[in-house]
Amino acid sequence: MGKKSQVIERDAVVIRFSGDSGDGMQLTGTLFSNTSALFGNDLATFPDYPAEIRAPQGTVGGVSGFQVNIGHNEVNTPGDYADVLVAMNPAAVRANAKWVKDGATIIYDSDNFTEKNILKAGYKADPFAEDKLESHNLIGAPIATLVKEALKDMELDQKEILKTKNMFALGIVYWMFDRELEYTESFIDDKFKKKKPKMAEANKKVLRAGYYYAETIEALTPFKISPADIAKGTYRNITGNTATAWGFLAAAEKSGLELYIGSYPITPATAVLEELAARKDLGVKSFQAEDEIAGICTTLGASFAGDLAVTSTSGPGLALKSEAIGLGVMAELPIVIVDVQRGGPSTGLPTKTEQSDLFQALYGRNGESPVVVVAASTPSNCFEYAFRAAKIALEHMTPVILLTDGYLANGSEPWKIPSMKDMPAINPPYAKYEGKEFLPYERDEKTLVRKWAVPGTFGLEHRIGGLEKTIKGTVSYIPENHEKMVRMREEKVQRVDVPDLKVFGDDKGDLLVVGWGGTYGHLYTAVKELREQGYKVSSTHFNYIKPLPKNVAEVFAKYKKIVVCELNGGQFVNYLRMKHQQFAYLQYNRVQGLPFTVEEIKENCIKILEGK
Amino acid sequence: MAEIKNTQYTAKDLKSDQEVRWCPGCGDHGILTSIQKALAELGVPKEKYAFISGIGCSSRFPYYMNTYGFHSIHGRASAIASGVKVANPDLMVWQITGDGDALAIGGNHFIHLVRRNIDINVVLFNNEIYGLTKGQYSPTSHKGIVTKTSPFGTIEEPFKVAELVIGANGRFFARTIDYNINLSTEVYKEAALFKGTSVVEVLQNCVIFNDGIHSNVTDKEVRDDRTIILHHGEPMIFGKDNDKGIILDGLKLKVVKLGENGITEKNILVHDAHEPNPGIHYMLAGMKYPEYPVALGVIRSVESQTYDSAITEQIDKVKSKSSIKCVDDLLHSGSTWEV
Repeated sequence: MGKKSQVIERDAVVIRFSGDSGDGMQLTGTLFSNTSALFGNDLATFPDYPAEIRAPQGTVGGVSGFQVNIGHNEVNTPGDYADVLVAMNPAAVRANAKWVKDGATIIYDSDNFTEKNILKAGYKADPFAEDKLESHNLIGAPIATLVKEALKDMELDQKEILKTKNMFALGIVYWMFDRELEYTESFIDDKFKKKKPKMAEANKKVLRAGYYYAETIEALTPFKISPADIAKGTYRNITGNTATAWGFLAAAEKSGLELYIGSYPITPATAVLEELAARKDLGVKSFQAEDEIAGICTTLGASFAGDLAVTSTSGPGLALKSEAIGLGVMAELPIVIVDVQRGGPSTGLPTKTEQSDLFQALYGRNGESPVVVVAASTPSNCFEYAFRAAKIALEHMTPVILLTDGYLANGSEPWKIPSMKDMPAINPPYAKYEGKEFLPYERDEKTLVRKWAVPGTFGLEHRIGGLEKTIKGTVSYIPENHEKMVRMREEKVQRVDVPDLKVFGDDKGDLLVVGWGGTYGHLYTAVKELREQGYKVSSTHFNYIKPLPKNVAEVFAKYKKIVVCELNGGQFVNYLRMKHQQFAYLQYNRVQGLPFTVEEIKENCIKILEGK
Repeated sequence: MAEIKNTQYTAKDLKSDQEVRWCPGCGDHGILTSIQKALAELGVPKEKYAFISGIGCSSRFPYYMNTYGFHSIHGRASAIASGVKVANPDLMVWQITGDGDALAIGGNHFIHLVRRNIDINVVLFNNEIYGLTKGQYSPTSHKGIVTKTSPFGTIEEPFKVAELVIGANGRFFARTIDYNINLSTEVYKEAALFKGTSVVEVLQNCVIFNDGIHSNVTDKEVRDDRTIILHHGEPMIFGKDNDKGIILDGLKLKVVKLGENGITEKNILVHDAHEPNPGIHYMLAGMKYPEYPVALGVIRSVESQTYDSAITEQIDKVKSKSSIKCVDDLLHSGSTWEV
């Protein structure tokens, strides 16, 4: 639309939208991301919001942010620092001051920089001076005034008018990146047209006003981020939680089973339940239970009755589900428990990310209680790992814990849509009536998996339960039987076939960076950049925690040093120390409720390499 | 229950090969006999039954049934049974539980099961004591009872099963006595055929830790005068000589003698188990000896849509309207783009 004389061409740009939790920043960020995805950029997003729905207005605690990294090349993280910050109030500047690059563009709503708001944000008088941001490209736009002007003929009340401010900011950013408005306009139409046609008109008007404002002021330099050169195919944007839900749907379809989800709402896992509750068209039986315990117990019941049964939760919920997971281990029923990890312990940091439930997933139950533990590592591969977790559960008759985290759950990225015909088959070990008594704990010699006799099947009536039992399913207190069954259950899990570890970089060198789960993008990007700088660094990433891949020792042996990086106090590194004692492990840990930055990983690796 | 063929069984066919391990003289034996008898008479194919239990003496029950069974963990049987029924509505699901299992540790799941009206038959063995842990008071123990954990007597009020059930918008409530096989068989059959959550409270005797707790109303010599068996559509008459009845006196129930003060059968209340307003059922279920006879039989039986049928209906309805017919459709729905 506008003529742009000077353009900055870049491979990637990080944009952060930031404002009060009522300012609509999550929506603004999502719309910008989707538009950029449709344009053809690769991207990764990172919503960062407070636990309070509406924290006190104008305070730093109430700031809600959405960061997106868009690129012409492969993008694996939402970026450490922002090139463009949209700040709707002084608190947003304060909260993000340390997250902007030198020379970044900061677009702020100058109408909101009143004395009162400046003080509320913890500044004395001049936010930009006090946070040493004066050398940045500061663009103060009187957004409130401008939207009032734009909508003066529309007979809307003040509150309604001010609600459109985020669209003005979005319009500015669209101009900066030369984006089409079409996607956003049709989104606005879908959202408002039926119930509030006037608001649809107002939002569209303000969006365009922002766009033209940016063009007119001639203070902004537009960016050019060409479409990314990525594999051909049909793409869509997807968040980790949606991908998880869809992975289960795919597993249900492949296995020919109905999907049951019994869950209790909990941040940041709720969207898994919400997404599946909306999928009645694919036959999902969603059950919002009275509590976390009922969530998993109805899931166990549904599994006993023959469904693909899953439950979704976060750390505190996993704690409540422990006893029932043990029942699933004892009864040897196929269930998947998704733990979308958040900061802990206790209520901890509900909206923030962490990897600190690893030990809970592995060991957080009474008795010797082995389960398979799998971890997704990108928002979109939550689909694959949910599918894999369901496949393992169904084919090995065992509970599987799928670990994701707040960062993966809410983050999004473009995803090349897979085809169901390419997904592997799922074959549960159904029992058949063979004219004789069914023995519920008779096992396959190779896999040690028992058969699944679904209630309703003639001739296979049997009883299972939480008491130790014999092959026949009868209760047994015989000491040798108990030990045999304990070892058998562990061995059954160990015999689950998982793929070998893969190495990024050379298969030998000075340093191997080891990670698991949601830190993949940051660790990969750091190692890639270090390699470009000539360092002999490689990385490997674990998606299978229990059982571990078989080639761990083989891979580890070829590096002089190994550093395990994780967002906890060092759980995986200690697990590795226990399982593969022959190696010396270095560790790098952060527990701030935030993802790693690529920069800190690189710094730490360089320190190790230089022997500091 | 969908399309069930009639099958001829005797009670023996429902017995598993497991040795029954309850104490000699325990009321549970009578309950097992009655349920096996009721099931034989129902004629449902036995592979369609799923017996779900929690923890406690009563919860060993599924092992003794030659049906599908799941002996789970303490307090959670209501939730597990809910999952079984929702996943597979063709099954006839029974939950076997006790006063501790259902009303203490499992109280939350129990009230929510009742509220949701999932088609499950709950048999609640109420012996007002913890048996398996050897004699501690339960949520139904009467105030003041001396047990191992209340050596000076309890100081808390008990739950009444019926009050919880009705309070949770329960649709079916019945009460029976462990060793009254005929009454119990009838009650279990009615509970089984009722569509929705049916709760049967069994006045069960624990011979070891709370022997005789119900005997002042359940003993053979006195029970005709101290209990009343309610039948839908019949007048509320009881007593060894069928000479006593119940009338509504103002806002209260009152026991009267037929023939005295001009009272005839016409004055006696006729039991209406199908009345949606639970007021009268609440009063009947709450009757206590010695002021009243204890009510037995089906006290409340009011059908309405079950959760399991509603979820199936909703799925069918949404399916018929949606353009998403398979996962591939879903993956390609909404905004997508070609590279």
